[in-house]
Amino acid sequence: MNPIKTFPRGGVHPEENKLSAHQPIQDFPMPKQIIVPLGQCLGAPAECIVKKGDRVLTGQLIGTAKGFVSANVHSPATGTVAKVDVVMDHTGYYKPAVFIDREDQDEWIEGYIDTDELITDIKLDSKQIIDKVKECGIVGMGGATFPTHVKLMVPEGKKAEYIIINAAECEPYLTCDFRLLLEKTQEFLVGVKILMKAVNTDKGIIGIEENKMEAIELLDKTINAHRDLYKGIEVQPLKTKYPQGGEKQLIKAVTGREVPSGKLPIETGCVVVNVASTYAIYEAVQKNKPLIERIVTVTGKSVKKPGNFRVRFGTPADLLIEAAGGLPEGITDVINGGPMMGKSVSVTNFPCIKGTSGILLMTLNEAQDRRQTNCIRCGRCAMACPMGLQPFLLHKLAKQNNFDETETNHIMDCIECGSCEFTCPANIPLLDYIRYGKAKTGAIIRARNQK
Amino acid sequence: MNKYTISGSPHVHSTENTQKIMYRVILALVPALLVALYYFGWYALRLTFVSIAACMLTEWLIQKFLIKGPLTINDGSAALTGLLLAFNVPANLPIWMAIVGSIVAIGVGKMAFGGLGKNPFNPALVGRVFMLVSFPTAMTTWPQAQPIFEKGFFADAVTGPTPLGILKESGVGSLAETGDMQFLDMVLGNRGGAFGEVCAIALLLGAIYLLARRVIEFVTPLTILLTVFIFTGICHLVNPANFIAPWYHLVYGGLILGAFFMATDMVTTPMTIRGKILFGVGVGLITVVIRLWGAYPEGVSFAILIMNAFTPLINKAFKPYVFGVVKPSKK
Ligand code: SF4
Ligand code: SF4
Repeated sequence: MNPIKTFPRGGVHPEENKLSAHQPIQDFPMPKQIIVPLGQCLGAPAECIVKKGDRVLTGQLIGTAKGFVSANVHSPATGTVAKVDVVMDHTGYYKPAVFIDREDQDEWIEGYIDTDELITDIKLDSKQIIDKVKECGIVGMGGATFPTHVKLMVPEGKKAEYIIINAAECEPYLTCDFRLLLEKTQEFLVGVKILMKAVNTDKGIIGIEENKMEAIELLDKTINAHRDLYKGIEVQPLKTKYPQGGEKQLIKAVTGREVPSGKLPIETGCVVVNVASTYAIYEAVQKNKPLIERIVTVTGKSVKKPGNFRVRFGTPADLLIEAAGGLPEGITDVINGGPMMGKSVSVTNFPCIKGTSGILLMTLNEAQDRRQTNCIRCGRCAMACPMGLQPFLLHKLAKQNNFDETETNHIMDCIECGSCEFTCPANIPLLDYIRYGKAKTGAIIRARNQK
Repeated sequence: MNKYTISGSPHVHSTENTQKIMYRVILALVPALLVALYYFGWYALRLTFVSIAACMLTEWLIQKFLIKGPLTINDGSAALTGLLLAFNVPANLPIWMAIVGSIVAIGVGKMAFGGLGKNPFNPALVGRVFMLVSFPTAMTTWPQAQPIFEKGFFADAVTGPTPLGILKESGVGSLAETGDMQFLDMVLGNRGGAFGEVCAIALLLGAIYLLARRVIEFVTPLTILLTVFIFTGICHLVNPANFIAPWYHLVYGGLILGAFFMATDMVTTPMTIRGKILFGVGVGLITVVIRLWGAYPEGVSFAILIMNAFTPLINKAFKPYVFGVVKPSKK
């Protein structure tokens, strides 16, 4: 095993609470009707290409990417389009979605290779792989939902030296990546090989926190057992520290390189891809399977049976909560994602989508003691900030609407990891204001650049 | 349909809060308080009680009737100011003076600036310096330590000089002659002085607790102590007849109390490590200069207050390095 590495600056260690770490992935049965949002990625929502009454097959394209940072959407089931309407998604807004009345049997699109057997031989070349990734609508499944094919298209004049797999899973509670690593180890590793081929590099590094020792050992063992197959792939254990899985922190920890402020990771010769996306890429490239399902961790301290479920997109979250033992008493917060960066949702019946890594249920008293006092200038927020910012200052400036100074104090470098707010003894909602300041400052910068 | 709370991430928070920090510092001062009760008896108890009560009451009155804002007296910070104030004065100080000092500490030192977190100077030291200037005699008439088992709890205080006072008055030679200013007595607290500062061992015990709980960081106190040690050490080497050995400087006066409990006050001291180092060196140098050449025998309070004034500047000058920004080249 390689010696443990970490990022040098800031970071916090919240309670890990990986309650569902030992629950094997269960296939989750789809309901009669599924509701597939067309906006499942960071960029613009896909454009709907089906209409009411159309019969769609499993894996069939139903929404096409619109714009550069957008991704295709496919039908997760076989059935008839009941309507194209809006649904309240995890953001709390009504967004366009395709409602599909399911048939009981999956009828797959043509070209899908229906096998559970490992396919190690990579037939496609670099360009074909990237096209396939794009066609299959694969996005970053850690929560950011940035289209993966965009990351893989290395700009002219740059070179990708490393594929780095983000297996840190530094968010407390979430275990979906961990389970996937344990249960689909070989598929995942072939996925890494595919990525390496896509960007023409012979180095792939899997960055993984040491609290997942089981996965580290299994990966090491598998790689050693199939040396020629997985040549160039290395497992890099990382210290359990949040936000170890932040893209910039991960690159720094693994390679020692620092992504320059305002630049993309490719500046350092690194392309970072998440575990679930890597597995999805294996399925897309080797089995022709578009991205229509993912692993979702359903968890929370008062949840009876926390678990990991393989869920087709469009399945409402409340069914998953039922499967995990029902909605416990006294739940006040429903979170889409992990506790540090997830978004709270006002309803439980939002449809699961590509970015739904977890559904976390929390009661009021888990939200800790939140009495707010004045800032006592302890500097702990600055100590915790992995980006070297001064959150107390950004908070103050944003509150004063002083966006010139938020910019000179690097507010745009904030990765919204929440370490500052987590650690603040005065319980100041630092990130709320920083987010606001960042949005405003960003708008000003964009307006200026357009002139 | 159920509706749930919408709040921005993060959704979990550390269990730390302002109140806990304040109460931990108070707890860390308890050993020194017990030693003070042992040496100064009833006087110390009375004074502690009065200053804490006066500080809390002042804050409460100001918030209730002047600001008409939220009441925060149970956040522990006013109580801490009262305790530190008491620690910094002679145990036999008349009660009304302690009350005046508390009112100034909280009213002028803290609330006038907007309350917790907004004050540039350490409130307890503001109160102390005010008293020193207003009641110079009472504030420099130091009771001698006399264990309560020998003299009883309510015994009248016998006053006498502090080690630094003797040094100032009659020089190094006299201290050696009197013979009773032993290093061990100094460390244990069997000497004259402000009642909270006398026992270095008890204070260090509290400091270790605070370091272990990560309430304070070792950087500032360590640089202060090192600076004082090195500076007075050089003086001692140059002229041992005029300057006492450096280790005495560490345990005389209020250096330990100041370094660990007041120069570590978060509100009024720099945030970054480099800033803390500069702050510590500053406090150390000013302390020594006042002790050796100034008008007062002791200079820790002044030194901390002066460096408090520089804190905003230091904070501006020493910002953390931003990730991914080219580091400023070192000269
Ligand atoms: S949320 Fe932003 S400011 Fe706060 S710690 Fe993370 S990067 Fe720093
Ligand atoms: S952690 Fe909170 S109290 Fe401490 S400096 Fe930052 S904002 Fe102020």
